[in-house]
Amino acid sequence: MEPLSPVLPDDADVAVRVRGLVTGFGDRTLHDHLDLDVARGEVLGLVGGSGSGKSVLMRTIIGLNPARAGRIEIFGANALDPDPVARRNLRRQWGVLFQEGALFSGLTVAENIEVPMREFLSLPEPVMAELACTRLRQVGLPVDAAAKYPSELSGGMKKRAGLARALALDPPLLFLDEPTSGLDPISAAGFDNLIRLLKDTLGLTLFLITHDLDTLIAICDRVAVLGDGKVLACGTVDQLRAFDHPWVQEYFGGPRGRAATTLPRGEAA
Amino acid sequence: MGSSVSWNDEGAGEARVALAGRLTIDDVTDLANALARQPAAPLVVDMGGVTAIDTAGAWAVNRMVREWQAAGYTAQIDGAAPDVARLLAALGAPPPAAPVRPDLGNPIIVQLERIGRAVYGQAHNIGLFLAFLGQTLVVLGATLIGRRPLRWHAVVHQCEVIAVNALGIIALLLFLVGLVIAQQGAVQLRQFGAEVFTVNLIGRATTRELGILLTAIMVAGRSGSAFAAQIGSMKLNQEIDALRTIGLDPIEVLVIPRVIACSLMLVGLAFYGGLWALIAGGFYVWSDLSMPPAAYITRLQEVILQSDFAIGLIKAPVFGFIIALMGCFHGFQASSNAESVGSRTTQAVVESIFLVIVFDAFFAFFFSFLGYN
Repeated sequence: MEPLSPVLPDDADVAVRVRGLVTGFGDRTLHDHLDLDVARGEVLGLVGGSGSGKSVLMRTIIGLNPARAGRIEIFGANALDPDPVARRNLRRQWGVLFQEGALFSGLTVAENIEVPMREFLSLPEPVMAELACTRLRQVGLPVDAAAKYPSELSGGMKKRAGLARALALDPPLLFLDEPTSGLDPISAAGFDNLIRLLKDTLGLTLFLITHDLDTLIAICDRVAVLGDGKVLACGTVDQLRAFDHPWVQEYFGGPRGRAATTLPRGEAA
Repeated sequence: MGSSVSWNDEGAGEARVALAGRLTIDDVTDLANALARQPAAPLVVDMGGVTAIDTAGAWAVNRMVREWQAAGYTAQIDGAAPDVARLLAALGAPPPAAPVRPDLGNPIIVQLERIGRAVYGQAHNIGLFLAFLGQTLVVLGATLIGRRPLRWHAVVHQCEVIAVNALGIIALLLFLVGLVIAQQGAVQLRQFGAEVFTVNLIGRATTRELGILLTAIMVAGRSGSAFAAQIGSMKLNQEIDALRTIGLDPIEVLVIPRVIACSLMLVGLAFYGGLWALIAGGFYVWSDLSMPPAAYITRLQEVILQSDFAIGLIKAPVFGFIIALMGCFHGFQASSNAESVGSRTTQAVVESIFLVIVFDAFFAFFFSFLGYN
């Protein structure tokens, strides 16, 4: 096995396994036989230039985007299974935080958090309300935000509320699309700590797309670099810094990359 | 699978509860119920047998601890694995349930408030609409006398969207309406042996009223709604703000081309729609009354007054103006969320059709008063 390979050994405990994935739009191919593994309990960061297909990869794994070829397994189950019952059961396994939160605008924050609970469980109303409030506190929102509508929240609060909804069923796997973009540095550091805590206490597996170098360094166990339709390399930030590829060198070796390493936010916290 | 809860009150002056198994959200209700007890002695929670716990399970345990502490007893957690203890500590005492929906208050007051707000909102809306109408007329006037540039490109594009793309549906709609009028008219007039007057009915009703009215309703549904939705989502997306910062007047860029295109195109569409209704009528009288097309055309020329034709076409640009203005106005009133774009789009269609019919009635009485019967 070559170093920095995105493929883990066959006997590894893997949460997400992607093999030979091909996606594209029209006559343009975006991912060309892409392989990637996410180990159970790890935080995997996905980076890549604009248009390299980070979001499309995430959307394909969670079934929002069709794959042209390839295999995707989540906890050993085929994620591309066309059977609706199998897909529905699989969907309970993960939570997704979209970039802008994607809260339902016609529902209050607490009702948004209750939506997955209503769909998959039959809990009495008071229990759901209390759980929703606990979730809010868990993601660092004041409890009085429960009865607010998403239009009354700031961008950072929307993200937190979106995370609360993604966590509503305590899924073992969490997908985060740019969780810290658009947040001020204090909130972003708070978000990093929150994600780290969730991972440590609940044993979550996290798959996150981010451009925030601080986040990559503070919370990611491994970082996968997407480029040319494939995962170019996958490893720790230190390993990637030694990886000989112009884009990777520029990314981690540029002024921002260096600044993020010399003042690691996660270690200071 | 599942959790188990066993209470043991034998101990000396303390309540012990042993938790085991999986404390997860799947059976959090049972867990919470099993843990609900009246606090009466210091509590010891034995979590040695817990194999898995998630936030919901931790919530239930923490909630119990909070209840006992609130009642003045100590509560202690024993035997928790480090991860479990860390999760419990990280979550802390759960907050009491907050209202999930905004508090609305007394329902009678709420209803009264709703009525008051609706009245105030409508009055405010009328004010806003008049302001918008004024702004549009000023810019339109300035454009027509050449003091402001007219965006020809946008006008032509709107003409295509409003008229050219609607040719098929309007032809079909008016053809069917023409058929129905001819058929119903023939059935009634046959009772007096006056079937031949079906031609009068079709000719006058479609050129003067139905052609333009139905075309206007169709355009309101097709294009008025599109204007409201386009401008509304541009507003959500801050594109309107972007236009202003660049120094472009949104009225000039977005409203004027739509108003001009819609007013002009409705004239053509009304003529075109009326034509299809007449064709349908001819088709019907040919097949049912055996009147050959040539005779039908000659009869039409005799019965349709030039004034009918003129009255029909005079109304068209007015209706087009109303539709475009309403669509744009409601688009600009959209605010903050996707829902408001939807409700504004609905309002644009409903109000423009309403106003079109009101103006149509006004025109009907006005021209009768002038003696054009």
